[in-house]
Amino acid sequence: MAKAKHLDIDTLIDNPKTKVVVCCGSGGVGKTTTSAALALRAAERGRTTVVLTIDPARRLAQSLGLEELGNVPKRVEIAGFEPAGELWAMMLDMRRTFDDMIIAHSEPGRADELLASPFYQTVSTSFSGTQEYMAMEKLGQLVADGEWDLIIVDTPPSRSALDFLDAPNRLSSVLDSRLIKLLTSPARASGWGVRKAFTAGLAMATKAISTVIGGQLLTDASAFMQAFNSTAGGFKERATKTAELLRSPGTSFLVVAAPEPDALREASYFVERLSDESMPLQGLVANRTHPVLADLPATKALAAAESLDKDGNGPLAAAVLRLHADRLALDQREQRLLARFTRAHPGVPVVGVPALPSDVSDIAGLRVIGERLSGNGTAR
Amino acid sequence: MTTPLGDSGWTKELRRARLHFVTGKGGTGKTTVAASLGLALASGGRRVLLVEVEGRQGIAQLFDTEPMPYGERHLVSAPDGGELCALHIDAEAALLEYFEMFYNLGFAGRTLRRMGAIEFATTLAPGLRDVLLTGKIKECVSRRESDGRHTYDHVVVDSPPTGRVVKFLDVTRALSDITKSGPIRGQAEGVVKLLHSPETAVHLVTLLEEMPIRETLEAIDELAKAKLRPGAVLINRVRPPRLPSRSVSAAADGRVNTSRVRSGLEAAGLELAPDVLDGLVAETVEHAIRIAAERAAMEQLGEANQPRIEIPDITEGVDVASLYEIADLLVEKGVR
Ligand SMILES: Nc1ncnc2c1ncn2[C@@H]1O[C@H](COP(=O)(O)OP(=O)(O)OP(=O)(O)O)[C@@H](O)[C@H]1O
Ligand SMILES: Nc1ncnc2c1ncn2[C@@H]1O[C@H](COP(=O)(O)OP(=O)(O)O)[C@@H](O)[C@H]1O
Ligand SMILES: [Mg+2]
Ligand SMILES: [Mg+2]
Repeated sequence: MAKAKHLDIDTLIDNPKTKVVVCCGSGGVGKTTTSAALALRAAERGRTTVVLTIDPARRLAQSLGLEELGNVPKRVEIAGFEPAGELWAMMLDMRRTFDDMIIAHSEPGRADELLASPFYQTVSTSFSGTQEYMAMEKLGQLVADGEWDLIIVDTPPSRSALDFLDAPNRLSSVLDSRLIKLLTSPARASGWGVRKAFTAGLAMATKAISTVIGGQLLTDASAFMQAFNSTAGGFKERATKTAELLRSPGTSFLVVAAPEPDALREASYFVERLSDESMPLQGLVANRTHPVLADLPATKALAAAESLDKDGNGPLAAAVLRLHADRLALDQREQRLLARFTRAHPGVPVVGVPALPSDVSDIAGLRVIGERLSGNGTAR
Repeated sequence: MTTPLGDSGWTKELRRARLHFVTGKGGTGKTTVAASLGLALASGGRRVLLVEVEGRQGIAQLFDTEPMPYGERHLVSAPDGGELCALHIDAEAALLEYFEMFYNLGFAGRTLRRMGAIEFATTLAPGLRDVLLTGKIKECVSRRESDGRHTYDHVVVDSPPTGRVVKFLDVTRALSDITKSGPIRGQAEGVVKLLHSPETAVHLVTLLEEMPIRETLEAIDELAKAKLRPGAVLINRVRPPRLPSRSVSAAADGRVNTSRVRSGLEAAGLELAPDVLDGLVAETVEHAIRIAAERAAMEQLGEANQPRIEIPDITEGVDVASLYEIADLLVEKGVR
């Protein structure tokens, strides 16, 4: 089977040149858990670390003291937790980050008007892509703070790992002011690469759109965009600027995946994309693996279980043998899937993180995950 | 394979449904279960339409076929002479279709689309997208052939995840996103009526894990509040409990009777090194912790009092043949 290079987490987080680590991956694979565990480990190894979590599971948030939304980092202070460095944590408040961005970038007096726009209510709460956009915005702010040795960034729970890279652009192109202008006054279309012959048809089409969604919505949108662009330089430019941050030296990406076909496929797309964009991929975290803990072949275990069943004694031993055979089958499947990933991406270092038998929701659990991430504390 | 504990079979009430939405937390198996349910409902000579609304080509991927265009087509045959058809509804295409019908846009329609204006309109008014999708679904459910019979005996929708499904189905609310008059609005009343009728059921796919269970219970609540009908809870990826149930809680606490295991193994002719035995015990403890957590999850699910169906985990991974296996199992449990 293809053998992957080992991903050395401790070297990464100990390196003073590592400033930002972004944990990407598709939904539910353990990005938030991994981010928190990495940050905890880095803090315990002496770095002043902040973790930006997004939508953490409730119990994890509680144990990090993140229940109150502050939208600024808070120091994690728990009895008995005395890291050599510092651990700070925050949970992204999408709406508040957006509000702050509007306030910071608009002329005095203008902000209230912008915030009150009905269009803004929609954009800031129910547009897809807003969360990704605001995660980048917040990351930009944390970097600008200059207070952190290391910033660990979790990414929003989306179905595709690529969304984190694409969504901010998608959002800004939907908000592209030219399109809104066009829809509110199609007469200007002529200046926008659309041939004259279409202009009449376009007028008709815009009319159709406004009959469906209402002219008011378009007017609101247009007013909002004009006001916003005149002050903040537009969504697109901002998105481009924060995206540059991801390309700067000191930023590393980790892709997190469960050893399942879908998650690994997403991870593959992501790896290819990063390499296309020459962004630095550090490696793959294969989270929630199930390595076997006992060296006993399945055939032998099952044969023994069967003979026990036949004699009707040793039900406990028979059960132990069967669950071991189940685990072997699962482990083999996981290894096969990971080997397939490595064949496609031989240069990508991998570390497997064996699953804890129950959810990870406190400092102790995160510490164990941290140990497993660094390849310690497990059988394999 | 499955424990009877959670299984209640397909109820009489569920048999009245012709329109089946299949929702669940992301990654729990919505697409897999929707396809299997479609096959089950089609078996025995019926015709079923499997609908996809999220633009992800999940059906094509699952059945290993070419990406689907916006249009109904034969997908596969179902057991005993049935047919499963598929439709990938593209909201933007549906909106354009609409415009063309009512406004005769010609070139302009395509130009608008190319410029992203259609995407823009559906993004700006998210409700519009939902109204278009459910409108098309209703059309498929109600369509009849010249002999008066329904074109499709059942329609199964691979739906948005639990977090968004109620919003998706709450057409009345979605309508507030669009103007007070116009053709789209006119059609919506019929959709509302269908979605709230006994002809419609919203099934929930879950795993026996804390978060999917919590989302399932929340969705059941929300659905009931919106006067929509929660259908069956489909418990997916159930793995067989191996330990005798009386040993589970002790083992989950780390108390495994090691000498009993050793003597059992010896009786079967296995003399194992101490570290191998320790490994087996550690695996047993992990297994027991999972089983105990699954039991708790199952109990929690009991609060909801919805019909439940268990679907086994397929360790080697799902392929088209497994969909037929799951379908057979669903038929055995009374799905029709
Ligand atoms: N009973 C099962 N046994 C084994 N694997 C399964 C089973 N059901 C689903 N899976 C696997 O789980 C993964 C997720 O399933 P699926 O794509 O159906 O979920 P989904 O809910 O539609 O996901 P999404 O939210 O991404 O749309 C797939 O790899 C699928 O093969
Ligand atoms: N290695 C692991 N062992 C056991 N449980 C895990 C592990 N990694 C994640 N989990 C659990 O899986 C669930 C999803 O993890 P989470 O980090 O929230 O995923 P994501 O942020 O990618 O959506 C959580 O309940 C978490 O406790
Ligand atoms: Mg998360
Ligand atoms: Mg799906």
